[in-house]
This record gives sequence, C-alpha cells and structure tokens, in this order.
Amino acid sequence: MFFEEAVSSGPQFFNLAPWIVFFPVIGLLFNMFFGGRILERSRAGEKIVGGIASLAAGLSFLVSVLLAISLNGHPEGMVVPLADWINIGDLNIRWAFQVDTLSVTMMLVVSGVGTLIHIYAIGYMHEDVRHNGDPSRFRRFFVFMNLFIAAMMILVSGDNYMMLFVGWEGVGLCSYLLIGFWYEKGKDGIGNALAAKKAMVTNRIGDFGFLLAAFTIFWTFGTFEFHTIFEKAPEIAATNPGALLFITICLLIGVTGKSAQLPLYVWLPDAMAGPTPVSALIHAATMVTAGVYLVARSAEIYVLVPTAQFWVTLVGSVTALFAATIAVGQFDIKKVLAYSTISQLGFMVAAVGMGAFVAGMFHLVTHAFFKALLFLSSGSVIQGMERGHHHVEHDPKLKKQLKGHAHDFDPQDMRNMGGLRERMKTTYWVYLIGAIALAGIPPLAGFWSKDEILADASKEFSWAYILLTLAAIFTAFYMTRQILMVFFGKARTLAAEHAEESPLIVTAPLMILAVLSFFGGLINLPFDGFHQFAHWLEHTLGEYAHAGEFILPVALLSTALALISVALGWWLYNARRYEEFWAIPAARRPDDPLRAYIGPIYEALKNKYWVDELYWAVFLNPYIDLSRFLADVIDWRFWHDWFHDKVIMGGYNLLTRLLAIRIDLGGIDAAANGLAVLTQRIADRLRQVQTGYVRNYALSIFVGVVIILGYLLLR
Amino acid sequence: MLIDWIIFLGLALVAIASGLGLLLSKNAIYAALNLIVNFTAIAIFYLVLAAPFIALAQVAVYAGAIMVLFLFVIMLLGAERLGGASTLRWQRPLAVVLALILIAETALVFINRSGAAAPIGAVSADFGSPAAIGESLFSAYLLPFEVISVLLLAAMVGAIVLTRKREQKA
Amino acid sequence: MTPIQYYTALSAILFTIGALGVLTRRNAIIVFMSVELMLNSANLAFVAFARSFQSISGQVFVFFVMAVAAAEVAVGLALIVAIFRTKHNINIDQINSLRG
Repeated sequence: MFFEEAVSSGPQFFNLAPWIVFFPVIGLLFNMFFGGRILERSRAGEKIVGGIASLAAGLSFLVSVLLAISLNGHPEGMVVPLADWINIGDLNIRWAFQVDTLSVTMMLVVSGVGTLIHIYAIGYMHEDVRHNGDPSRFRRFFVFMNLFIAAMMILVSGDNYMMLFVGWEGVGLCSYLLIGFWYEKGKDGIGNALAAKKAMVTNRIGDFGFLLAAFTIFWTFGTFEFHTIFEKAPEIAATNPGALLFITICLLIGVTGKSAQLPLYVWLPDAMAGPTPVSALIHAATMVTAGVYLVARSAEIYVLVPTAQFWVTLVGSVTALFAATIAVGQFDIKKVLAYSTISQLGFMVAAVGMGAFVAGMFHLVTHAFFKALLFLSSGSVIQGMERGHHHVEHDPKLKKQLKGHAHDFDPQDMRNMGGLRERMKTTYWVYLIGAIALAGIPPLAGFWSKDEILADASKEFSWAYILLTLAAIFTAFYMTRQILMVFFGKARTLAAEHAEESPLIVTAPLMILAVLSFFGGLINLPFDGFHQFAHWLEHTLGEYAHAGEFILPVALLSTALALISVALGWWLYNARRYEEFWAIPAARRPDDPLRAYIGPIYEALKNKYWVDELYWAVFLNPYIDLSRFLADVIDWRFWHDWFHDKVIMGGYNLLTRLLAIRIDLGGIDAAANGLAVLTQRIADRLRQVQTGYVRNYALSIFVGVVIILGYLLLR
Repeated sequence: MLIDWIIFLGLALVAIASGLGLLLSKNAIYAALNLIVNFTAIAIFYLVLAAPFIALAQVAVYAGAIMVLFLFVIMLLGAERLGGASTLRWQRPLAVVLALILIAETALVFINRSGAAAPIGAVSADFGSPAAIGESLFSAYLLPFEVISVLLLAAMVGAIVLTRKREQKA
Repeated sequence: MTPIQYYTALSAILFTIGALGVLTRRNAIIVFMSVELMLNSANLAFVAFARSFQSISGQVFVFFVMAVAAAEVAVGLALIVAIFRTKHNINIDQINSLRG
C-alpha cells in the first residue's frame, strides 16, 4: 500500500494520518448542514452541536496519539500520500502527510489543547451568544473552530511548502472569521470588523513574504517537498547562498506576520475582539506558533544561513522584551495576555533562530498549555464578572447603587475587578498556576522551557540572553500585577462583588490544563536521562536537536530575578497599598500606581509605544492619501475623465465620425451610389436602343442571322 | 431533262418576280395579289416535288383562305396605302445591304456544295399522297396533330376576343 | 430532275425578299404578308428536302407550318384590327408605345 512492510517493531497507524484532517472536516460539515436544525428542535441542541465539534477534535487527537505511538516503534516517520494535487510540467505537488516527530508534536498540541478548548467553549459560548443577543451563532462558532483545527492540521502535517501554505492561509481565514465573530459589535459598531480586517491585512504582508520564499524555493530547488529540499540545501548553500538567504529572510517575514513578531505584531492585541476560546486556541496556543513551527521545520535551511539566524534571533528577542514591557501598562485582562503571548512567541522565535529548535518547540508546547489556561481562565473571570453585573442590574436594590455607568461597564477592565479570589476559587487557583508557569518560577512547566532557551542563549548569543532575561523579569512583574489586581484586595465594583464561579464544563478543561501547566516540564527535564523530548525530536531534526544543558547560574539567576520581580509587583500592587491608592479621589488619582515612579515611560507603555499611531502616520495615512490620490486624481480625473472620456471616447467618436462620414459615406456609400449612377447612365443610353419600332427589332435579329451564318460559313 | 429545267426556271422567275412585286408594290391590294401568284407558283413546285397533298393544301389554305382573309382585312380597314414619310431613314439601306450579304452567303453555300449534290432518285407513286400523309399524321405525329387542333382553337378564341367591341361598363 | 440545291437557293432568295419586306415596309399588313412569304420559302425547302431524302416527315412539317400560319394570321389580323380601332392607322412605325 502506501508504505513498506514494517521493519522494526511496534504497531503502525501511519495510514490513519489523513484522518486528522478528515475528522474535523466531517464535524464541521455535520454542524453546517444539521447543526441549525438541531439547535432549533432540541433543548440539548447546544450540547449536541458542541459535543460533535469536540468529538471531531477529540478523534483527531486520538489519531495523533496513535501516530505518536506508531512513531515510538518507527521513529523515522513516514510520508503518507493521499492524492495528486497539481501536475504542471515540472511542478508536481501532492497531498501528502508528513508524519514525523516534529509534526506529530504539533498535532498533539493542536488537537489536544484544541479539544479542551472545544469542550470549554460549549459552556462559554452558551453564555456568550446569549449575552451578545444572537444564539443562532452558536453553530457557526463551532463550524469555524473545526475548520480551524482542519486547517491547522494541514499546516503541520503537509510534506511540502505548498500544503503548508494552504494550512497557513486556512488558519488565517479562520482567525479572520473568528475575530470578526461579533462583527457588528465593538467601537462604532465596526470595531470588531476592523480588528478582523487588520489581522487579515497584516497577515497578508507576511504571506507575501511566504509566497516570495515559496517561489524562490521552487525556482532554486524545483520542488516544494521538504525532504528533497533539505537534501539539496547544503549543495545550494555552496553554489547559491544568495537564494537561500532570500528564502530564509522572506520566510522570516511570513513568520513575523503569522506569529505576531515585530514589526507585524499589531494585529494580535486587536484580535482579542474574538470570543475568548478563540483567543486561547488561535491567538495563543496554536495558530500563532505556526511561525515557530515553520522555522523549526525549515531548520536544515536556516542552519546554513547564519545571517538569517541572526535576524530571526534579533526579531524574536527584541519582540519578547518589547511586548513584555507593553503588557505592564495594560488594563484589559485579555490585552495583558495578548502582549504576553507576543512576548512568549518572541522567546520561541529567538530560540529557533539561535538553532535551539528543541528549546523553542519545548517552549511552544508548555506555552500552549499555560497560555491556553490563562486565556480560558480570563474568559471564566470575564463571564464571572458579567454574571455579577447581570445580577446587579436585575436587583432593584443594588441597581440604585450603580452610579449611572451601567451600560458602559467593561467586564474585561482589571480596574473593575478585585477580590475575585473569594468568589471564584477554582478559577483563581488555575489562574495562579498558569501565572506562575508563565512567570518562570520552578518547578512549573514555564520555568523549564524558558530556562532552556536562556541557557542556550547564554552560550552563544549573549545579547539575546540579556534581552530575554529582561523580558522574563517583566513577565513575572506583569503577571504579579494582573493576579493582584484581579483576585486580591477588595471588590472595586458591585459586579465584582457579586461575581459568580463558572460551571463545571468551563472549569474542567481549566483544571486539566492546570495539571499540564504544572507538570508539562517533565517531558524535557534538562538532566541526563530525562531529555525525552529532545530525543524524540532528534529523529526529525537530527544533529540540530541538541539536548539543552542545565546551567545552574543561569537557572538561579532567572529564578532570582523572577522572584525579585514578583516581590516588586507585590510591593506595588499588594492589597493594602492598592486600596490606599484606590481611595484617592478619582480626579487626582493616576490610572496606575506605577505612574508615580516612571510617569512618562508609563504613558508610553500604556499607549503601546504609539506603534499603531506610528503605523498610521507612516504607512496607513500616506497609503490612504495615496489611494485617494490614485482614485481621485489618477483613476477618476486622469484615467476616467481625461483618458477614458477624452482620449478613448473622444478619439473613438472622432474615429467613428471619420469612418462614418469619410470612409462609409465618402467611400463605400459613394462607391455604391456611384455604381448605381453609372448603371443608371448606361441604362439611359441603352434605353435608346429600345426604340419601340418592331422593324428595328427585326433588323437586329436579321443582323444576328447574317452574322451567325457568316461565322458558320467562314470559320 | 430540259423540260424539268424549263419548268423550274420559269416557275422560279414567276416566284421571284411576284415576291419582288410584293416587296415593291405601293398598294396593299397589289401586294396581296402578287403573293397569291407566288403561292400558286410554289404550289406547282410542290407538285413537281412529289407532294400533291401539300400542293393542294397550299392552294386551298394559303392562296385561298389566308389571302382572302388578308384582302378582306385590307378592304375592311381601307388601308391600301399609307401616307407620310418614312420615320426610319437608315433602316432601308441597311436592310438592303444586309439582304445582299445574306444572298452572297447563300451563293457561297450554293457554289461550295453544288459539286457534291447527290442525284435524286425516283420515288414511289404514292409518296406524298393524302393517304401517306394521313398515315404519318395519325401514327408518328398524332400528338402534335392534336396539339395543333388546340392551337387552332386558341387562335380562334383569341381572334374573337381581340376583335370584339369593348362593352361599356355600367 | 432539278438538283435539290436549286430549290434551296430559290428558297433562300424568297426568304431574303420576305425579310426585306419585313424590314422595309411600314404597312403592317404587308409586313404580315412578307412573313407569310418567308414561311413559304421555308416550306419549299422542307418539301424539297422531303423529296431529296424520300422522307414523308418533311411534308408533315409543312402541314403543321400551314396550321400554325393559319392560326398566326387569324390572331395577327385580329391584332391589326384591334390596333386600327384605337389608332385608326396600321403604320407600325407609329406603334412604339413600348419605347424605352
């Protein structure tokens, strides 16, 4: 069949590989055609629709697990061809599934975390669609989510760059669709739609880089298939290093778009407009890590181009620090996490840039756990706040205490929270675990993966090490700040006072993810005999999958810095101090205690360094002006009014007039008329012959007789 | 065979002379009378040429019936003479020239072919007799014969229609 | 027996005279009679050839020509009478209404 008979031991399920895509597709088709009817007819409709979507994702996860088991016996992996796709001349692209340790790692993360988030979403969306007033969108949400799983699976399992690109665009589309899920909400009723558009357009810039890279790959290698390209790469590096540099830099542009790195990260904070499960699944755990996967997948090319590695590392580490600082100045609970995500993606990109592919992938996995956990928990917090707010609004006694800002209440603003520790115990504990994991405090997952990156950086890229360590300090600080603002102290609003814990279907996935975040580091402990993940990836990455070392000074330093940072945060935001700060009358109170110490810098952080404004001033406004100019002056006035109306239409009119009057009337008609006149004149002459005299006619006959007879005689 | 030549030449002279008479006579009555002479001469030629039935038919139909009809019409219309000058002055000389050319051409044929003339053999006694003609008419030429009768009927009807006075419409 | 070509020569002369009559005379009746003369010259040739080739068909044709000539004369004279009624003239040079 597709593969040779087993040589080594162990069960083989490789030919199941296509089902990682088929299951979600079946799920989305089912919900697309029957979901609406089920929702209308059945009271348990939401559970059925959500359950089917979750089941599709879960079966995909099951297949991924089976593939992982197969890889245990056959670690070399396998390419499972499915169908031919494009055959044009030398261009032969097929649908084939690359099953190796790297792709299966991604499959496990995507489908595993994805399944948990699907289950969570059944509970979350139940309230979300009601809160936003359109329950019919419940089905659409799960259709898009399954579509996302399918596209992401294509992305990570493709055995060539074109298939990867299909998934790449597919997840971009799902991202767009889900950011704009509440397209009629947001600022001025189009805020969410604009956010979706922003994500789409920003990603297009990155995709443009990806496409240029793909074209160059085909031009240079004559194929899109990974293994052929990687085999030829050293040869090409010797003969045509420029092409490889161009490919890798263009791929980097694609990475900055999809993985939200400088300078294209701006779409990710806005993408928080989507429902929280979307933020968790797409904009934290999986899709945005596609760029990291792409670099890891292209490892064999990147290691040949040190310049590109330098740039990847630079982009990653600068982004890590840059975004971590912005996160300090945010008040929206999800925005903090969004900038945190950008920062952590910077860690991963820097890692794969440095050649520490294992460390990067390791951090990708652990980050998927704890960032999904944090986002989902923040969703739980937000809905807890909404439930509290709802309770207040429907209680006449409490409603009186509201001071006229009932409608512009923002359940995501951390300043409105406080003291939720008591009201939402489960959420508090899982959030705390996620935060500690993210802050990099041992022995949670985030510590191990981050430390491995830092250890790798400290050996060769000292500047990157410094940047990333600083980013880690900020990470610990903003997470401390968030935990304290959200869960500690006294409730600052009535809504927070009456917040309610989320149901089990929401909290159960949180607990699973909390466990994963706690113990996730175990897959790759940096001690001899524990490098399971590194050995696992070795089968795919080969010599580039060096096991991370444990450098005690590095680990100690980063832990110490994290703890100092936490202490600093505690000092600034602890319950007593924050309540004192909050007691200052609103008119004189700054928005954050930190402003008292670093005033103008804080303003910069709060405003995200004015990057959006800068982009508006430097790119967007000139671009809009240019398009206006092109539309009004070039297209309308020049092209339409002048060229089209005057030159083409006028010229055409002139030409037609010339043709009609000179050529047609003057030439053709005149010729026809002239012929008629000529005929008429000849006929006028010939008419004279017709005298009407019988004798004349007889004479002409007689002439004929004489002539014919003469001819007969004389011939 | 001198007698043959005398008869032929004599009759030929009569025929040509009467033909010229027809051509040249100013009065239509004289022309008609000349034509009767001509027809009669030709009828005698038919007799010489062993066509007694045709000869009699010539005398009866042509010289008799048709010419009487002519004379009748001439007299009816009183159109013996025409006044006025000729309208087509160049017609006459041209016609004469053409006629001379035609005669010349005929002479050419005559001179060319006179030596090759086959002698004319004798014919049986009933050749050209009414019986022989009748037999031929009612066997080989039955259809043309019948068609001729239709033609004559049509001519008869036509002549009546043409000469009938138009009735005034009420 | 006179050789047949003399008859044909005579026939040709009579035909030419008839033709001249048609071409030169203006009196419609004389033109008509000239036509009859031409027909007779043809008949003469027919009979001479019938004698020469000893075939009765020539004489039968003459018979037919006579029948046609009789019909023609009947219609022709009727036409002349009709024309005379309207024009009071039988000068064919004055009958040129079909002039082009």
